[in-house]
Amino acid sequence: MVLASEITPTVELIGITKAYPGVVANSDIHLTLLPGEVHSLLGENGAGKSTLIGILSGMVQPDAGEIRINGKTVRIHSPRDALERGIGTVYQHSLLVPTLTVLDNLLLGVDQGWKLGREMAMARLHELATLLDVEIDPSSIVGDLALGQRQQVEIVRALWRGEGVLILDEPTSMLTPQGAEKLVQVVRRLVSKGLAVVFITHKLSEALDLGDRVTVLRRGKIVGEVTPDELHNKSRLQVTDEVLKMIFGEKSDASQGTSATQLSDTAGETFRVDHVSVKGDGPHPVLDEVSFALKRGEILGIAGIDGNGQKELAEVLAGQRRVDNGEIILEDLSIQHLSIAARQAKGLRYVTDDRHGEGMVGPLSIALNVVLKRVGEAPFWRWSFVRHGAIREFARKLINDHDVRTPHEEVAISTLSGGNMQKVILARELALAPQVVVYNKPTYGLDARTTAIVLARIADQARAGVTTVFISTELSEIVAICHRVAVMYRGQLSEPISVRPGIELQLGALMTGSTAV
Amino acid sequence: MNGLFSELFISSLVSGGVIAGIPLIYAGLGEAISERAGVLNVGLEGMMLGGAYGGFVGALHFQSTWFGLMCGGLTGMVISLLMVVLCVRLNSNQIVVGIAITLGAEGVTALLHGAIYGDSYPRVPTAHPYAIPLLSEIPIIGPGFFNHHVSAYFAVACVFFVSWVLKSTGIGLSIKAAGDQPHALEAAGGGVHRTRTIAVLSTGLLAGLGGAFIVLVGAGLFVPFVTNGKGFIAIVLAMLVRGRVKWIIVASVLFGMSLSLTTALQLAGVDVPIDLVLMLPFVLIIVVLFAFGRRSYLPAALALPYDREQR
Amino acid sequence: MSAPHDGTTVALAEHKSQTESRLERVSRSMTNALIPVVGAFIIGGLLLAVLGRNPFAFYGNVIDHGLIGSLGRQETLIRMAPLLLIAAGLMIAFPAGIWNLGTDGQYVMGGVIVAALGPELAPHVSGFVLFTILFIAGFVVAAIWSLIPAILKAWYGINEIISTLMLTFIGLRFSAFLVKEYFYDRETTVPQTRVLAVADRLPRMFSSRVHIGLIVGLVAVIAVHFVMRNTAFGLRLRIVGMNPKAAIHAGMNMKVLTLAIFTLSAGFAGLAAAVNISGVDGVVRAEWNPAVGLLVVPLVFLARFHAASVIVFIAAFAVFKVGGESASRKADIPNFMVLFMVGLLLIFMALGEYMQLRSSRKHQS
Ligand SMILES: Nc1ncnc2c1ncn2[C@@H]1O[C@H](COP(=O)(O)OP(=O)(O)OP(=O)(O)O)[C@@H](O)[C@H]1O
Ligand SMILES: [Mg+2]
Repeated sequence: MVLASEITPTVELIGITKAYPGVVANSDIHLTLLPGEVHSLLGENGAGKSTLIGILSGMVQPDAGEIRINGKTVRIHSPRDALERGIGTVYQHSLLVPTLTVLDNLLLGVDQGWKLGREMAMARLHELATLLDVEIDPSSIVGDLALGQRQQVEIVRALWRGEGVLILDEPTSMLTPQGAEKLVQVVRRLVSKGLAVVFITHKLSEALDLGDRVTVLRRGKIVGEVTPDELHNKSRLQVTDEVLKMIFGEKSDASQGTSATQLSDTAGETFRVDHVSVKGDGPHPVLDEVSFALKRGEILGIAGIDGNGQKELAEVLAGQRRVDNGEIILEDLSIQHLSIAARQAKGLRYVTDDRHGEGMVGPLSIALNVVLKRVGEAPFWRWSFVRHGAIREFARKLINDHDVRTPHEEVAISTLSGGNMQKVILARELALAPQVVVYNKPTYGLDARTTAIVLARIADQARAGVTTVFISTELSEIVAICHRVAVMYRGQLSEPISVRPGIELQLGALMTGSTAV
Repeated sequence: MNGLFSELFISSLVSGGVIAGIPLIYAGLGEAISERAGVLNVGLEGMMLGGAYGGFVGALHFQSTWFGLMCGGLTGMVISLLMVVLCVRLNSNQIVVGIAITLGAEGVTALLHGAIYGDSYPRVPTAHPYAIPLLSEIPIIGPGFFNHHVSAYFAVACVFFVSWVLKSTGIGLSIKAAGDQPHALEAAGGGVHRTRTIAVLSTGLLAGLGGAFIVLVGAGLFVPFVTNGKGFIAIVLAMLVRGRVKWIIVASVLFGMSLSLTTALQLAGVDVPIDLVLMLPFVLIIVVLFAFGRRSYLPAALALPYDREQR
Repeated sequence: MSAPHDGTTVALAEHKSQTESRLERVSRSMTNALIPVVGAFIIGGLLLAVLGRNPFAFYGNVIDHGLIGSLGRQETLIRMAPLLLIAAGLMIAFPAGIWNLGTDGQYVMGGVIVAALGPELAPHVSGFVLFTILFIAGFVVAAIWSLIPAILKAWYGINEIISTLMLTFIGLRFSAFLVKEYFYDRETTVPQTRVLAVADRLPRMFSSRVHIGLIVGLVAVIAVHFVMRNTAFGLRLRIVGMNPKAAIHAGMNMKVLTLAIFTLSAGFAGLAAAVNISGVDGVVRAEWNPAVGLLVVPLVFLARFHAASVIVFIAAFAVFKVGGESASRKADIPNFMVLFMVGLLLIFMALGEYMQLRSSRKHQS
């Protein structure tokens, strides 16, 4: 291996500082990206990772600092500047145009004279999709795709445009293990050709597997680094331990174990879904005769590759989507005709995976977002008049309990980091004592410790008698807390099976539709 | 009524409809462009009026319909520059600026006209129609549709051109992205401000042409408020066709015809209260909207200013 | 399309920067408010000079006849009443993301019914009861008229900009039809309703011509401000405006809320008409086109739906309108001058808003 000092770094970030009202997101950060190296960037939610790469990709303007590319100082005023220098980015939150087709999204912003070169783009897309081993219909409208599929499109775009540097901000958060695996292979191959890669993830194993070098951020500062040598020479366990300490500080307790507890045999059935079908626009039904029944306090995991009807199922249960056929029964009561509000009143809650689209109201404060689903209710409103004190106090408590990183509860929720938004949304639901909760990818974007805490809270609630439907693409989470698991594939739900060690293989097969197990 | 008379009647109905519809095509097309780019241009009426006055002055000065149209388009564009600076660059509220532009243009054109031409009321040179060979000889409808000033055909050509631009060019893609998800456009290396600037300037140009057409080809002279709410109708038509730009032609001409039908009915002295007759075109739009416009789609970022670091 | 919210953080309480004293803040916002006015006056003055008029005399007359002179001041206050009520309605609709651009039609429909009803009822009931009935009638008629766009929006997702604009055109014609066919006064030659006797009009205040409609308007604006910011209902509306999908997700009943927004917002426009007709006009002519709503729209936006600013802006606008009309008459130029100046003022105010935002941002960091 060549010594680092002998080669020009592809990118050098020198003394980068960026402050927002009330928080310093980046404070005097120095970061070097070498060609042929994957640089993993780790840090808890709100550490400042997205801000830093936003500065490199031109989305955010730093308050101070210098950027050098291939040894030359440059100013990156806009994403266009970054792209022209070969810096391609997969952003944490989808930045595609939902009303355009996949192909047009890829062509967007590409300079090439008057007429669009759709044929050329089609060929290129095909090539990259084959490389990633994904199936993307170039003519489908992006807004119709599942979040995981959108992420694939973004990856394709970044690979396409990023000839020198590839920035990946939580690119695997919505991918299946297989998808993530493929991505890792592709990145490895590109890196061997001299690409420099920044890789942000909350999955430590991924970061260590893929990364040649690791940098850890905490509260806007660099708190530690693991060099390639250290990565090579130390044992995996040792490195993991050290990195965890860097990420979370000394009081690291990320690896707290969670597991499903035994269900009591006497628990009665509370929630039943009976042959529920939803037609949808296409030729195939989006939900096809879905059935399952849950006992009180049971957690049913729903696994599957994103876009196989999980979101539709969740929405049908919550009342946000009309059922064409079948029945949903809560406590012996048919609820499929009830409104969302009526279902909420009966104790049925839904934690959406679309935090930007419907989970929160961006310009409103954290405090008001925390009571979003309880507008008008005591103690936050009395005789319909708002009680600021009560709301703020409640919000402060939740912020404290869930360690939401924010200057105070009055800032607009849209200014939070992705993970911290998710914490607020979860805090809002976990504060209630519901009958049945439907979680759709609840740990999406959360750091390892918060994920563990959230899983533990869900398991605790179940122990207290809350029946739970847990939709996730993370098999490890499903295995950790669910009693039974079923797989969604093309709108159909498999027969739920009990969770036992080593079940992942079987689930993996079901997820890709192969019936032979 | 004998056949000849009804043929004449239909022909003049169609012809009147086209004359009334062409300004709507120009302005509606303009509005459609800026709406797609995320700018709700309520100043359309003002831009049309500006174009009408500019076109009037230009045509008088140069004694030429074509120079008049050019001056009208330019005036519209200059007015739209105001919207570019305020709404696109400085992120001012689009509704406020749009209404301001409309009021200001109404005031200033009326004042200037009163001060300069108030005594003479001059007429512009006649815009001579050009009959398209063969097509204009189609019985009954031919003369009505295909015997107009060339600028009328040019409006239709503009629609096809814009439709092609939106569908098949990079700038067209950028315009659509700027209206639906400006952050995505920026992230892909496009320029939201640049795209919206181009869109709004085109709107001004087209609205100005539309206004000038009213005066130079339609009325033959300028009077205060000559656009008479056509700018607002054009906004409505642009929303009605929802991105399918070519339908602007159909919608505008149909609306124009329903306007000329009301005039015809009035003249024919039918036994229906005239106010109810005059209501019809607008009722028609609501009916059309109800029949075809369900789940109306508008660009997600319409009327919202863009700020890169705002998230 | 989401709500025209003002882009700033919406929080329970505003965190004001500590570094700035109250005095500094007041003086800064005063300068920011004055610059647009000065700018508009300069450009307007140039036009006046081009037209051969003395700008200083013109502006002097505007202030004199709109604000200082007692008659003008009374006229200003009278004009404010309906504008305030229309603004109150828009302060409901706009934050809720409903682009009600049809207040003119709603105003006219409410007005026609009130004008028809007033002289019929006046001999039978009087005073308080009469006005209550007329106010309710104006409000309800306009609210019913707005059910058309409301239902089209709530059930069929039909864009309200189109439907409300069209319904304004329709309303103007329809009211003319009503006056000509059913409500006309047989004793006059022009088609118009019967006149509400001066004795039966709204009570005056402070021994002036200013009627109590002004109070109604002020109360409405302040009440709407309070409801939008302090009640559960107001918050629901704002959530619908900022993110309708989140409102649905949170279990809010979009259909009911949409109906409420439209009917309330239109109701205030109808009430505005009722106040103006029972206060000053007393009659509606067939070709009546008051065209007031469109002017209020930008003012409400510039005021960021804030009651105090709405009142100040509308007052300033009314001064300008009343003073400008008589100044134009004096200077022997058409009324269009006022129109032009209003346009200019709005543009400069938009500019001023930008400068204000920038200077407060600078101040924060
Ligand atoms: N536009 C903004 N306005 C105000 N504050 C912001 C803005 N963007 C980021 N912040 C703040 O900066 C800090 C860092 O945010 P950033 O998104 O970089 O975190 P992150 O490390 O990517 O976290 P996550 O893992 O949750 O995505 C957070 O405290 C966030 O609240
Ligand atoms: Mg992040």
